[in-house]
Amino acid sequence: MDGPKVGVLALQGATEPHRLVLDALGATAVDVRTPEDLAAVDAVILPGGESTTISFLLDSSGLRVPLAERLADGLPALGTCAGMILLATEVLDGRPDQESLGAIDITVRRNAFGRQRDSFEADLAVAGLPDGPLHAVFIRAPAVERVGPGVEVLATVGDRPVLCRQGAVTVCSFHPELGDDLRLHQRFLEEI
Amino acid sequence: MASESAVTPTTGTFRVKRGLAEMLKGGVIMDVVDSEQAKIAEDAGAVAVMALERVPSDIRRDGGVARMSDPAMIEGIQAAVTIPVMAKARIGHFAEAQVLESLGVDFIDESEVLTPADEAHHIDKWAFTAPFVCGATNLGEALRRISEGAAMIRSKGEAGTGDVVQAVRHLRSILGDIRKIQVADSAELFDWAKKLQAPLPLVQEVAETGQLPVPLFCAGGLATPADASLVMQLGAQSVFVGSGIFKSEEPARRARAIVEATTHFRDAAIVAKVSRGLGEAIRGIQSSDVETRLEDRGW
Repeated sequence: MDGPKVGVLALQGATEPHRLVLDALGATAVDVRTPEDLAAVDAVILPGGESTTISFLLDSSGLRVPLAERLADGLPALGTCAGMILLATEVLDGRPDQESLGAIDITVRRNAFGRQRDSFEADLAVAGLPDGPLHAVFIRAPAVERVGPGVEVLATVGDRPVLCRQGAVTVCSFHPELGDDLRLHQRFLEEI
Repeated sequence: MASESAVTPTTGTFRVKRGLAEMLKGGVIMDVVDSEQAKIAEDAGAVAVMALERVPSDIRRDGGVARMSDPAMIEGIQAAVTIPVMAKARIGHFAEAQVLESLGVDFIDESEVLTPADEAHHIDKWAFTAPFVCGATNLGEALRRISEGAAMIRSKGEAGTGDVVQAVRHLRSILGDIRKIQVADSAELFDWAKKLQAPLPLVQEVAETGQLPVPLFCAGGLATPADASLVMQLGAQSVFVGSGIFKSEEPARRARAIVEATTHFRDAAIVAKVSRGLGEAIRGIQSSDVETRLEDRGW
């Protein structure tokens, strides 16, 4: 039997690593570039990439409104890096006209950890994740600066939240799809 | 509830370098010569900008020695945009690369567009924490650059011409040889390594995975949304557009159109829609007529 049909927003960015992880976990990965693609999925992943670019393409592709509507209706979503920025309610250091989808009540600062020379790998303790720390890759990563009521913080770097969840929406500053550790995706799929 | 995190961060790893290349996939990297152009590029949806003093078509026109850009100019562009900023060092000029790394440039392009500084050696890119992109015309060249530590490969094409034919030739050569290697048996792979002058373990990896160990982007002569669609369909994972944007009549519109065509490269109706009324493209020069073939630089 096929697993859930998980859309990967494929406007720009690291979509292929997410597809490979989904395949490995037995889910069906589908590229989402149009509103028709979106209508057919049971969950969605917003990948890493440049949030300014993806935001522009959300408008030009006509995906912004239907995606925001489905998220408001409880579509399970996982946002990594740029995906976290796009799903947040408020973005700092973005472009002035950069709109977000407002699916999780957090304020995110872009490039909060610095430029590429500050990009790093680290082992993270994740609340509720069994079998030890999660190896995480941070690329010009954003960080969460404000967490609304009802948002759970599941991991931090120093005092900065880097993995948060509210309802069906999970976001992280880092790239679980670039490591060999599939547990975050696994947990996401189990909850669809 | 937040849990205590045991964080021991490591910077500059190959995974982190290659990771940024992954993030740039499906996007357009645009050449810019000042912060005003950089902002236009960012507004148009560029995933990164390449900061340089003269675009390749001007380097070609002016002649002389082309070198790394003025650090003040690069810093001005870094201050103007929030997207990654790349800059070029001459082939083999590791001191220029060290300067670029110290500026916090996000990706260093060891580029044949500048005048080479070493006739035999490329930069040892493993010695850097900044990621490097290098040009290649064929699979052997690509694998040699990767063995030296490149985290991204781009086709060379023939920069500054507005003629896409060389970029197509290079992409077809790289991807065609990858397809051939995939059906080679294990004994034949030794011969491929010899023929390509590339390390055997990399040749074996390509045979197994069917792709380069790092992302493959396309550069050199792209000028239109349809050019972007063409090279993406051939197998490029992103595109660099150099002279093609700011040497055209309406740079901002053309830039947006190329960004949309790169995302929707398989959807000809969208490529048609964004191609309408863009004004004059870069006038260009047929690549067979150029006096200096930049693609021949590098070894």
